[in-house]
Amino acid sequence: MEVKEKKVGLENEEYIINMGPQHPSTHGVLRLVVALKGEIVQRVEPHIGYIHRGIEKMCENLTYQQIIHLTDRMDYLSAHINNEAVCLAVENALEIEVPERVKYIRTIMSELTRIQSHQLFWATFGMDLGGLTCFFYGLRDREKILDIFEESCGGRMIVSYNTPGGLMNDIHPNFQNRVKEFLKYFRGVIHEYDDLLTGNVIFQERSKGMGVMTLEQAIAWGLTGPTGRASGFSCDIRKHNPYSAYDKVTFREILYTEGDVFHRYLARMEEMRESMNIIDQLIDNIPEGPYTAKMKPVIKLPEGEYFQSVETARGELGVYIVSDGNKNPFRVKFRSPNFVNLAPLNLMASGSKIADLVAIGGSLDLIIPDIDR
Amino acid sequence: MEKSQLYAAITAIVPEAVTAEGKQFPEVTVTPGNVRSVMGRLKEEPSLSFDILVCLTGMDYGTDLGVVYHLRSYTFNHMVVVKTRIPDRENPAIDSVCSIFPGAEFHEREVYDLLGIKFNDHPDLRRLFLESTWGYPLRKDYKDDVNIVLK
Repeated sequence: MEVKEKKVGLENEEYIINMGPQHPSTHGVLRLVVALKGEIVQRVEPHIGYIHRGIEKMCENLTYQQIIHLTDRMDYLSAHINNEAVCLAVENALEIEVPERVKYIRTIMSELTRIQSHQLFWATFGMDLGGLTCFFYGLRDREKILDIFEESCGGRMIVSYNTPGGLMNDIHPNFQNRVKEFLKYFRGVIHEYDDLLTGNVIFQERSKGMGVMTLEQAIAWGLTGPTGRASGFSCDIRKHNPYSAYDKVTFREILYTEGDVFHRYLARMEEMRESMNIIDQLIDNIPEGPYTAKMKPVIKLPEGEYFQSVETARGELGVYIVSDGNKNPFRVKFRSPNFVNLAPLNLMASGSKIADLVAIGGSLDLIIPDIDR
Repeated sequence: MEKSQLYAAITAIVPEAVTAEGKQFPEVTVTPGNVRSVMGRLKEEPSLSFDILVCLTGMDYGTDLGVVYHLRSYTFNHMVVVKTRIPDRENPAIDSVCSIFPGAEFHEREVYDLLGIKFNDHPDLRRLFLESTWGYPLRKDYKDDVNIVLK
């Protein structure tokens, strides 16, 4: 009799468990302190800072060319787009017009980056939810993009290909053929992604209606990227404030209204297809010309403040540079999309089951070094 | 809305603040005590409706500290920069804007962590990245003999 009473007591008691910092589904060192009642999540409290490197502080002692190499290491899956953000901010401040060729190549590279990032999202998200096959399929295709990067940029993941004023070096002569080959290949296999996961009944049951964010909540919390667009928040910087060659291409902004885990996933699937359409429009039209504008070896920005947003694979990356006229910036702030998207996790996950917390966290596609910086 | 029109509209809605047209975006400079009421008005005014907090930056200007807010409007896609300066370096404090923009919660914790600026009425003001015994590394007078080697 006594034992039974104790059991009843436990059911009503709230208890705290630690998820992470070494949990495989947090994709890095994110520690979530979860308060549970039975299997139901009461509260989630993210503890971050395990890989805080003080990038903003380090930038204050570096030149603008050197900062590029640190931005790779924030969101390492959108390395190319992060580089571009700093480059655009510096170029706007100096009022430099970069050659058309640079704009085209940057846009193609950004879209390739987006595709490989979403491929890895798909791979790891499937793995989080129990489908290990996804991981092998996703990495198989991602490897082909990394090979293209390696050929032109030298690096595979941490590319550092952009530099203020242009590119580090010209594209490989084989670049266009390799990209077209990849697009042909990927169009042929992307249906496998849908066959494996999107149409899977178990997957849909686990993801539909989970972690819902309404449009009002998405705006209030400033969610961006596919996470925000799944809630109907039209926040695509490429569309609203076009940079590089995005004003020369036509593409769809992927918007859904449901705002749940499934539609965040679906938004990324559709974005891969849109990215391929963007590359299609540009790859044959890369103009001839220099691959960099004429730049001084020492860049000094005029005194003032400069803000530049770009659309990374995860949302809006804002770079805010305050210059006092020296060769080092006075202050650099990175508004990272993951940092902002993590904040409402408690709101999304409260009331759901502990197993669904993995799905909700995975659907945000968090990159922890970008949160900690 | 044109930039000059936007600037005029902002100036009309926040008469107590110092406004400037700015290179990129209109700039509004307010005192720390006014920041919540100014941001509230910028958000509520239907012709401006700055409802997205894009970026919240803590600053150390050398003599005084400051906070810079970048706001964007979902409806009109225009931006404004709201700036404040806090002269008190010993015990800096400013009103929190969490009640207006819930997304400010993490941003303000970050600023508190790295610059030591306290936000009044913040729901959960704790350090975000660093230990409680650490200094405030983004301040210009922060010294770290081990990790920062000055040339």
